[in-house]
Formats: sequence, structure tokens, C-alpha cells
Amino acid sequence: MESVNVIELKNIEKEYFGNKVLKGINLSVKAGEIHALVGENGAGKSTLMNIIFGMPVIFSTGGIKGEVIFNGNKVEIKSPNEAMKLGIGMVHQEFMLLPGFTITENIKLNRERTKENIFSLVFGDSLKTLDIDLMRKESKAALNTLGMNVDDWLPIAGLPVGYMQFVEIAREIDKENVKLLVLDEPTAVLTESEAEKLLAAMKLLAAKGIAILFITHRLDEVLAVADNITVMRDGEVVSCMKREEASVESIAEKMVGRKIERVVHETKELNADSEVLISIKDLKVDMPGEIVKSVNLDINKGEILGLGGLAGHGKIGIANGIAGLYSAEGEVYINDKKLELNNPKKTIENKIAFLSEDRRGVGLLLDTSIEMNIVMTSMQIQNKFLKPVLGMKYFKVKDSKKIKKHAINMIKDLDIRCTGPTQFTKRLSGGNQQKVCLARVLTLEPDILFVSEPTRGIDIGAKKLVLDMLVKLNRELGMTIIMTSSELAELRSICDRIAIVYEGQIQGIFNPMASDLNFGLAMAGKYNESEEGM
Amino acid sequence: MRGMWRRLIDKYGYPKVSITILLIILISVASCQKGQSVPSLLVDSLIRIGMNGILVLAMVPSIVSGTGLNFGLSLGILTGLLAGCMSIEFNLRGGTAFFAAVLISIPLSAVVGYLYGWLLNRVKGDEMTVGTYLGFSLVSLMSIFWLILPFKSPEMVWAIKGRGLRTTISLTDRYAKVLDNFLSFKFFGNKIPTGTLLFFCFFCFLMWLFLRTKTGVAMTAAGDNPRFAEASGINVNKQRMIGTVICTILGGIGILVYAQSFGFLQLYQAPLMMPFAAIAAILIGGASAKNAKISHVISGVILFQALLTISLPVFNKMIPEGANLSEIVRIIVSNGVILYALTKVGGDECNG
Amino acid sequence: MDNIDLKKNLKKNNYKRKIFSVLTNNSVPILFVILCIIGVYYSGLSVKYVTDEVVTRIGRNLLLVLALIIPVIAGMGLNFAIVIGAMAGQIGIIIVKILDIGGIGGFLLAVLFATPFAILFGYWTGKILNKTKGREMITSMILGFFAMGLWQLVFLNFIGNIIPVKNPEIILSRGFGLKNALDLKFIQYSLDRAISIKIMGINIPVVTLIVVALFAIATKYIVKTKLGQDFRALGQNLHIAKVAGINTDKKRIIAMIISIVMAAWGQIIFLQNIGTLNTYASHEQVGMFAIAAILIGGATVTKATIGEALVGVILFHTLFIVSPQAGNNMFGDAQIGEFFRVFIAYGVIGISLVLHAMQKHSSKK
Repeated sequence: MESVNVIELKNIEKEYFGNKVLKGINLSVKAGEIHALVGENGAGKSTLMNIIFGMPVIFSTGGIKGEVIFNGNKVEIKSPNEAMKLGIGMVHQEFMLLPGFTITENIKLNRERTKENIFSLVFGDSLKTLDIDLMRKESKAALNTLGMNVDDWLPIAGLPVGYMQFVEIAREIDKENVKLLVLDEPTAVLTESEAEKLLAAMKLLAAKGIAILFITHRLDEVLAVADNITVMRDGEVVSCMKREEASVESIAEKMVGRKIERVVHETKELNADSEVLISIKDLKVDMPGEIVKSVNLDINKGEILGLGGLAGHGKIGIANGIAGLYSAEGEVYINDKKLELNNPKKTIENKIAFLSEDRRGVGLLLDTSIEMNIVMTSMQIQNKFLKPVLGMKYFKVKDSKKIKKHAINMIKDLDIRCTGPTQFTKRLSGGNQQKVCLARVLTLEPDILFVSEPTRGIDIGAKKLVLDMLVKLNRELGMTIIMTSSELAELRSICDRIAIVYEGQIQGIFNPMASDLNFGLAMAGKYNESEEGM
Repeated sequence: MRGMWRRLIDKYGYPKVSITILLIILISVASCQKGQSVPSLLVDSLIRIGMNGILVLAMVPSIVSGTGLNFGLSLGILTGLLAGCMSIEFNLRGGTAFFAAVLISIPLSAVVGYLYGWLLNRVKGDEMTVGTYLGFSLVSLMSIFWLILPFKSPEMVWAIKGRGLRTTISLTDRYAKVLDNFLSFKFFGNKIPTGTLLFFCFFCFLMWLFLRTKTGVAMTAAGDNPRFAEASGINVNKQRMIGTVICTILGGIGILVYAQSFGFLQLYQAPLMMPFAAIAAILIGGASAKNAKISHVISGVILFQALLTISLPVFNKMIPEGANLSEIVRIIVSNGVILYALTKVGGDECNG
Repeated sequence: MDNIDLKKNLKKNNYKRKIFSVLTNNSVPILFVILCIIGVYYSGLSVKYVTDEVVTRIGRNLLLVLALIIPVIAGMGLNFAIVIGAMAGQIGIIIVKILDIGGIGGFLLAVLFATPFAILFGYWTGKILNKTKGREMITSMILGFFAMGLWQLVFLNFIGNIIPVKNPEIILSRGFGLKNALDLKFIQYSLDRAISIKIMGINIPVVTLIVVALFAIATKYIVKTKLGQDFRALGQNLHIAKVAGINTDKKRIIAMIISIVMAAWGQIIFLQNIGTLNTYASHEQVGMFAIAAILIGGATVTKATIGEALVGVILFHTLFIVSPQAGNNMFGDAQIGEFFRVFIAYGVIGISLVLHAMQKHSSKK
């Protein structure tokens, strides 16, 4: 069968504020082909999907370079409406369903079937009456294609998550001219049986001639349905395989890969009798999007431990739970003493500091000066930087002189580029904001530091400085550091051990020198299986 | 020229700049008008500034702690009025009467503020809407109470019925002008209300000091970024509560200062729209729903009250038949400024 | 226990549960029914009198309350800015007064003149509310107050000089500014009494009720069109509606225009029944009373139906009629009764807003 390329991406490049996220992507999908896209976080998959679907965020940040060719014609997709007109349908990760509408109304959202009446002839199309019967008929047809047997007039609110996913897809295939269907992690929220049904439905749709492009981390699914597999890493395509050539191991290995530039610090000798400082038993954390199901981990005194894994699998939730920002259950022992969870104050009093991944949301007071940001936590919890008013011991105000002096020292030590300690933090660049957060955490003089995504959104030079500083803190002050990061390379460069989190649990703990394969398998949840296989 | 204009607006905001210009125009017109005494206009403005100062200051803890513009200031005003009546009922006079009223209002306001704060913690994001209508409801409810509370003092009670408080209660023999007259001196034949202004400055100083204490700093953090505050071990709900309580207490004290200068206690429906005037003033001073400093209070109350005081006589002389112009100016300016502030906040796109 | 008894018990339990759920879902109107019964009893007023008054008030006020429904459906909350629509209606009435055209013709002309103003005002209001998404209610509140200031400026100062009108019957003696009260006897009851019948001694304003019923049907009809479906989508989630391709800003403006135009016509109907235009006060309480009424009928910030509007008008106005007398008979002071009914109006709105905010806050968490 001579099949036509439905979509061709040629040399797509995309920059976000000077940060190159896509470095020249080439991808093509034929009619009736199922094409899987895999890669670590930050590889650029979501950005690529946003470009294909014309999401506004792409054009409001400088647009793209390169060509998008749809059905043989060069196109510029500038809005979801244009994408839909071309025949591109997208099922996003967050559901775009209205809870108060029925299944049919959601399938037909803004494409309702209508009938003319006297008023619409006078006042225009928007006053046409809804042809509910026709809408229901067509929706039922779409649902049947997916093998869904459910009352189409049920409201979405209250439906199980799996059903909602199918309704999303039904909506896209109901569009008459759909030629390309883009699915972003479609099975992430489905049970195994639902996922099977979905994969079967995908095959059916492909058989009808619809091209399907889908992002997933579940390597089994990839091998079950994909005709072709593209692996992305760091904004580039590192491999494009046919299904016959691929295996779980080969995909995992390509996903992780070895970067050319690497910062290597001398790793410490792992002592056989290292003292266990923190003992985590059956930790559960309810952090939306990063749920921790059950984590058991022992952290040694004086080590730098890395927490890695794919996004959404819970690695971020661990530190957030221990720091008390999200509700946590389980037991955490510091030096054999039980730590009270869900209480940020207690955590800090136990000399544990947390540098959040959400700089602007949790890490900073944007409308406040750098100096106040730096001293805030230690002032509140450790009562530092206060002085009594008129000698009255109980009436304390902030000690401006001390605060300024300390801030100036920090600015110097961390090389924070600013106009002075009184500048508002919202004016600083990402890297400097991160340094302010670091300064705040250091002011607490902690024994244990949990740091999440320390170099996210920072330029190369600042990245090195932050990582060097973490190493310095560990070697010179003996600080135990637990570092969570999406960038495996960065973890491998400074950590003594790296734990990989998959679906809310620890898959394995590795030496930074361990093979790419092992890391890749652990991140795809296949490490234990292959161990058994071996 | 255009660059300078841009910079002025960027630094001070449209309301402040336009009202300042308007004021300058009004004063220039006034100085040209025959029979218009600019010094008395200025002193009258000072009197109004002193009268309203603390009510505007009350907005600061509310904004700083993150509960936004406190449309429910009427709650504090009602407790202040109650305390003011009780002071008369106890047959006190002069400075004692005033300070007794202030002291009585503080615990009452604290209780009311605590309950209001509890409610605000449960309606985060909708404090303004809830505050407005809660204020309206309670002013109306209190109207019923003014009629049935067992006050007996003949100065306050309706003569014919013998029961129920009058709508306006004169303070002439009690504590009218008590602060105004303290240390006052004459300026071109007009009495400057030194005591009131000193009292206002004192409270501004107290607030400034408070914002520098550990709690004050914590409250500011809670308002700036509640998630940061929680992560730093600050109890955001508690800080919002403290902010609301302080705001209500200042509301109570503020209305007493207002009444002593005005010479009357105004009950029933009078407190209904008072929060709007205080909010407009602080917004003119440059504050927003998320950010307020004491400098905003001072510049705002000066500009707003001066505008209201000076505009009436000037308009009267310019357009002698102009009707109700001062009231119209007040309505348009105060609501206009609040409307402007609301559009600036941008509004978030999620609704329910 | 054999099968038959088991089934009977289950049926009884289901029945109990049904009654319980009906009670809780309609707690507000039920509470007010009780209040009304107490009020009517203590006021000593005859049931015939009260019924007559209520029927009149339904005709007079219902359209104003119906105007609130579409903005609620479109997710814009309770439209406190209907006072602006009322002002547009009053402009129509004033023009007709100046031209001195009475009867049903004058009424229709007033509607004709008011409509373009209402559309313009609705458009501006919609534009401002689009800038304050998420804070529509407080914005419409303040906008209402602001507009009242503008009204005073125009009608107390500009009419007669900048806007040339020279009618000594309506202009103040000083030469400009409208009088505080304008007599509307020339069109009073023009709609109400166009066809009038009496049932059991109660006057029924037939045409008015038919007109209002038509508007109720029209509102229901709009909801069943594409436009209505778009409104419902907006009302649930603005972001999703936008991603689906709906022009949310434009639809919100349309919703606001419909509401304000209905309010304008509603105010004209109101005034033709009252017979006097209190130039500076007639529109003041319009927003508040209409909103209190629909809330008493059981509507909320996110849900409002025609049935709730009707029930609310009946209950609110019954309470309104009987409160002063009841207050007098119960407490010896009619004033208490009057304050009570104002408190009820404010209080019902206040509690609804609190409940809505609490619900929103707890679901977000």
C-alpha cells in the first residue's frame, strides 16, 4: 500500500527565552501508522505536541523554526482551531471535559448539531436550536467505535477516570475530518484492562486510515501497537526504529544515553559501616501529580543521595512530603528519633531544610526584598535577626543592620547578580532567584538538605555554580544532601548513590557509574523484571 | 515630555497622578475665586484627614495579611459606635469619655474580628464579595438592635418613645472635639486639629513598628505568598486572623476619632458605605488589593479627603446652581478608583 | 421477617430519604415559607389583600428577576449591575415624558427608546467584566454604584443646560436638573390594564403577566440553542470552553447585554405599575431586591431557574408586604419590621455568597 505522509516535521527548532528546547526534530507519520514517541522529561515531547496542535504558548514565546508539512502542504498552525480545521485531534493529559455536561455534550462541544428556526434566520447561527437526537446518535457511534458501552446522556462528573479518557478520544474521532490523532500519555490513568481496550481501539482507528502519534512511558504498550518508534533526548531525535528492530532494552538505553559534556567530581568511598541518618519507612505522600505510594529508604550520614525517575512518578513528592508541604503518612526517623510529619515547623527545627522545585510558587516572596527573603525562615523558626525594642525582651523587631550585613555576605558568596539587598526578587533572573532560595536555606544552617530540581531553568554557568556549591556544602560542612532531579546526568555527576522512583516506589538504588541500561530499565519500571530474567 | 509622563504613571499609578493634578487645579481655581479662603480650605482638609486617617490605616493589616480590601470594615465601625454609646451611658465626659470608649471598643472589636477572621479563612479568594454583603447585613441587623438595646440616657434615646437610640447622637457635651482641640493652634483664623493628627501619627507609628516585629513580618509573608509562608512554618490562617482582628480594632477606634471630630455619632444606616471611602483612599495612595504600605495610607487619605473637602466650595462658587456636586464627586471618584483597582488585578480565568 | 415486610420497610425508607433530600435541597425557600406564614399571621392583613398585592408585584417585578438568570448560567454570578439596565429603562421613560406620549403607545415608545441605551450599557458592562474574570460580582456591585453617581451627574446637573430640555413640569425651578419625582400617571397601568380581569375580587394584569411569561419562555428557549449551550459551557469552565474554540469574551458580553436589556424593560414595566419615577431612588434597590428574591427562591450563584425566580418573587414580596405591620404587632414598632425586611434582603445575599465561597474554597483544596 502506497501510503502518504500525513504529517512531516522538518528540522523543528524551538527556543524558550534563550533556552533551546528543540534542536532540529525530524519526524513523519503516515496515514494508518501508529507512531510512538518516547523520551525522558525535558526531552521536548510536550513542546512538540504543543507545536503540532497550535497551542498559544508556542507563538507567544517566539514561534518556531523549521517546517511543518501536512498532507503534502506546508502549514503554519497558529491555534487549536487551525489544527482542528486541518484534521488534527489532540487528547491532552489533563482532561478537557466539562463535568456538568453529559458525555454527548462533551463529545460535541462547540460542534453541536443544530436546526434552523425563525429566530436564527433573523439573528444568526447562534440562535439555532440544538438537535439533541442527532448529536446523541453520532456520539453513540463514536463510543461504539471505541468499544464503549455506556449511556451517552450520563454527566461526566462521577464517571470513572478511565471512561473520561475514552470520552476524550471519542470527541476527537467524532470530528469528521480527523486525519492525525495525537495522544499524550493516554494510558497513564487507565487500569490494565482499560489500557488494553484503548490499544485495541487505536489499532481499529489506524486501520481506518487515521495516523496516530502517541507519547508514552510504558514500553510494553509501545511494543504492542507501535509501527514506528522515535526516541527523543535533550531536544533531539536520537533514534527512530521500526517495531521489528526494537526491544524494551534498546529503547530504555537510547532514552537515557550518555551525555558528552559531564562534570565529574571525585566520588567518595562508600564506607561499609556508614551511619544511617535518615530512615524512611513506608512513606506515602499525597502530592497531586507526584503521588508517593510506598517508599522505603535509608540515607547515610554525610552522603549525597540522588532521587531520579520520570515526571509524575513521585520522586518530587518524597522531599515535599518530608518537608510537610503535602500530606504524608508513614514513618521517618532522624537519628532514630521519629519525625512528626505534616509540620513544616518541626521539620525545620530538626535541622532539615528544603529547597522546593517550585521557585516562584513556594521558594520566594516575589514582592519582597532579597534580604528579607534570605532571613525569613530563620527569623520565624530560629528567632534569629531580631533585636529587642527599648531593651524590652519580649518586644522584638527585626534587626535591619544584621539582616543587611548577612544578605550582603550571601550575595557575595553566591555571586547573586542584583542591584542590592533591597531589590525585589521578582526582578531577578531564574538563576539568581535560585541562589536567593539557596541563601535562605543556608541561613538556617541545616544538617540535612533536601533540594529539588536545583538547576531547573538556569543557564549553564549558573548550573555549575549551584552543583559546585552543593558539593562544597557536603565536603566542607558534612551536610547530608538529598537531591531530586529530572536530569539523570546531573545526578550522576555529584551523587554518591542514586535511587530511581517509578510509580511511587523505589525501583532500585544505583552507583552513579551503573550502566545506562540499568537506569533506563529502572525508569521504565522494568529493572526488577529484567533482573529476574537474568 | 511623554517619557516623563510615562515614568510618573508607572511609579505612582493613574489614580494618584490624576487626583493630584485635579487637586492642583482646584486649589489654583480656589485662590482666584473671590471670597474663597484657601487657608480655611486647607485647614478643613486637615480636619477631614484627621477624621478619616485611622479608618484608612485599618486597611493595611487586612491587605498585608492577604485578605485583601476589607469591605467588612463596617463591623469594626459598629463595635466602635457601640462603645461610643456605652461611654455616654456611663455618664463620662471629655477626654475620659473618649478614651473609655476606645478601651471598651478594643475587646469588643477583638471578638467580632476573630469571628469575622474565622469566616474569611473559609472563603479564601472571595473575601471582598463576602465582606461587602456581610457588612451590609450586619449594619441592617444592628439597626434593629439600636432600636431595642436597653440604653437609658436621655441624650441618646428617642424623647417620645422613651426607647431606642436616635439616628444621630450629639457629642457636644461629651467628647466632641476632644482630640481636635488638644494642643490646637490657629492658622489664619482656623483651628488646626493637632490632637487628632498626633493621634493618627501615633497609630501610624505603632503600625510601622508592628510590621517590623516577628509577627508583623510573618503576616506580610503570609499575604505575599501563603505557600512560602506555610513552608517556612508560618500558620497562614492564624496570620490572616491576626490581620483581621487588628483591622477591626482599628475600625472601632477610627470611627470614634471620626465621631469626636464630626461631633456626632451616626447610627443605623450611616456605616453602610464607610468602608468604600477608606478603600478608595488607600487605593488612591497607591496600594493594591495585595500590597499596602503606610505611605499609601498617608498620601491616600490626604489626597482623597482634600479632594472632597476642597471640591465642594470651589464647585459651588464656579457653578452656583450645581447640585449635590460634592456627593457626586465622592461617589464617582471612590467607586471609579475601586473599579480601576479591580481591573488591574487582572482576574483569574477559573470560575468554579 | 418475610419478603413482603422487607419490601414495605425498604419502600418506607426510600420514601423517608426522598422527603429528606427534598427538604435539604430546598431549605431556603421552605424556611421563607415558614417566615411568610408567621408574618402573614401576625400582620393581621387579610389573605385577599396579600394575594392581590402579590399578584400585582409578580407582574411588576418578575421580569427584573428573570434578567438575572442568563448571567448565572454563563458563569458570571449574580448580576448586581442590572441597576444599569434599570437606568436605561428610566431613560426611555423620561424621553416619553418629555415628548408627553401616554397610554400603551407611550409605553411601547419608552421600550423602543430604552433599548439602544440598554444594549450600549450592556456592552460596556460586559467589557469591564471581561477584565475582572473571577471577580464579576464585586465588580458589578461597584460598577452599579459608580453608574448611580454618573446618573446623578447627568440628570441632576446636565439636563436643562448641556442637554437642552425646557419642560417646567419636570425640570427643577432653578432651570436645570430633573425633579425628584416625576409623575407617570399618563402611562400608569397602560400595560397592566390593557386587558384586565378580576378573579375572586383580585385584579389580574393579564397583558403584563402574558408579557412576562413570554420572556420566561424566551429565556428557556435561549438555553436550548447553540448560544445557550455556549453559555452553559462558559459557566462551567472558562478555560476548557476557550480551548474548545468558543469565543468566551464575546459570549460573555452577549450574556450581559441580554441581561441588561431585560432589566431595562423590566424597570419600565415596574414604573408603569408604580406610576411615579423617583428620579434618584427608583433604581437604587433594584439590584439588591431582585437578587435577594431569586436567592430566596432557591437559586445560587451558579444555578438559577425560572421556577426559582417565580417562587422567590412570591416569597420575598409577601414578606415585604407583611413585615411592617407584623413588626408593629409583635414588637410594638413598625420600624423594626422595616429594618427586618432590609436585613433579610442583605442577609440572604450575604449568606448565599458565604456558602458559595465556602463551597468553592473547599472544592479547590
